[in-house]
This record gives sequence, C-alpha cells and structure tokens, in this order.
Amino acid sequence: MEESNLDTQAKVREVVVRNSHGLHARPADLFARQANRCTAKIEVIKEGVRVDGKSILDVLTLAAEQGTVLRIEATGPDAQVALEALAKLIEVDLASEETIDQP
Amino acid sequence: MDAMMTMTEKGSGRMKFADFVSRGAICADLAAGSKEDVIRELTASLVRSGAIAEDDLESIVKAIMKREELGSTGIGRGVAVPHTKHPSVDRLVGTVGVSNEGLDFNSLDGEKVQLFFLLISPPDRPGDHLRALENISRQLRDDTFCRFLKQAKTAEDIWQLLEDADNNHFGT
Repeated sequence: MEESNLDTQAKVREVVVRNSHGLHARPADLFARQANRCTAKIEVIKEGVRVDGKSILDVLTLAAEQGTVLRIEATGPDAQVALEALAKLIEVDLASEETIDQP
Repeated sequence: MDAMMTMTEKGSGRMKFADFVSRGAICADLAAGSKEDVIRELTASLVRSGAIAEDDLESIVKAIMKREELGSTGIGRGVAVPHTKHPSVDRLVGTVGVSNEGLDFNSLDGEKVQLFFLLISPPDRPGDHLRALENISRQLRDDTFCRFLKQAKTAEDIWQLLEDADNNHFGT
C-alpha cells in the first residue's frame, strides 16, 4: 500500500509522567488500549530505549516513574490524533484520576 | 539494548526475581479454579513461607481482589500480575505460581492465564513495584522463558528458571 510522505514521517510529542505511582500496570494497560485504537504505529522512548506502545508488556518494561520524560512517536494517517489522545491520557487523565493511580 | 539503559536515580537499578520472590512460596501445579481461589492460594503460600503473617491473609486477598475489579491484571500471553499495596509488609514480597490447565482471569487478551506473579508492596514504595513489573514484563517478552515456565513441574524447576532469568539467560 502506498503511503504519502506525511504518513511515513513520525509525529513526536514529549510527555511527563505526573501520577505518583508512575506507569504501573493499570496506566500501561490504558496506554496500550488507547494506542491500539489508532492505526498509526506508536512507539515510546525513554532514555534511548524504544518500545512498542501497543504492547502492555513493552510499556511496563519502561518502569516510568513520576517525573519521567517519555517521547511518544506516532507514524501513520492518524498520528496527530493518536498523539493528542495519548498525551492527554498521560498528562491529564492519569494525573487527576485517583482510581487509575491505584497500583 | 542494555548498554543504552541509564539509571535516573540512586538505587534504581534493575530488580531481579531473587530480590522479591519468596522461594518457599513458589507454587507449581496450582489447584485453584477461580480468580479469587488462585489469589488466595498464592497469598497463603506466602504465609507458609513466612513472608507475610497469617493474620493479614484475608485483608491482603481482599485488597488484591479489589484491585482486580478496577481492571484485570491478566496482561496477556497467559500471564497475570495480581498485586496490592499493603501496610503489613515493609519490603516488596512476591511469589510465582503456574497453573497447568490455565484459568479464566478476564485477561486483556481473553486468553487463559497459566503464569501468576503476585506482588505485595509497602504503600510508600511505588518505585520498587514498578521495577518488579519491569523485570517480569522484560523477562516474559522472551518466548522461551514463558514456555519453560509454563512447562515447569516443580517449585524447584520454577526457581531455577527465575535464577537463569536473573543471570540473563533469557531475552534482553
């Protein structure tokens, strides 16, 4: 399938993990679920380590604690929408929802 | 990939299975047939190994079940990581159980769960909990490790596999 240039160039967003328990099982689950809702390829990078954002096991291997900066890269037609949704999840929803932050 | 990993804070190095798995609590051939039963069986094994007190058993089982209600910890690939914070422990303790048949755990991918890693952490140590999850998920990405664990017949076999994993015989 032919992809336009626009679709093959990764869109990038840096986010900071704000919730006190970090990216534990439940946030990682929510992140991977959200990532799986888009067709774009989603990758998460922490300190040079790059993992598949659609895999909960991969996201858990980041052990991202509170204050960690994560770089999210999305490649594909809905990359921008995907980035917005994932950034909101990390920086807003997880930071404010206490029920999600229960490990 | 290892060389690219850098640690951001003091004492935040990688955690190994030996750092949190209570050897005497490992369960090969789990008997339980339901979610609550398997959580109880694993938690009771931690009482037997001396990692937790018998008086705390019910309260810990209840807390783990409550966490499951928020969303299953069956994270796919036949693996679940039931866990809770609990004030009765002063360090992260955990155990590993294998179910030969596998049981329904409302997993994210709908698959039956055969491998259980149960974790109980002190309320104020989120970093250790994250590092235990990191260790478990990193090792489980290796198909061979996963398969060998599912085939393990005795607690000693399981411990041996965990030691091998700690010594980087599997995965990344």
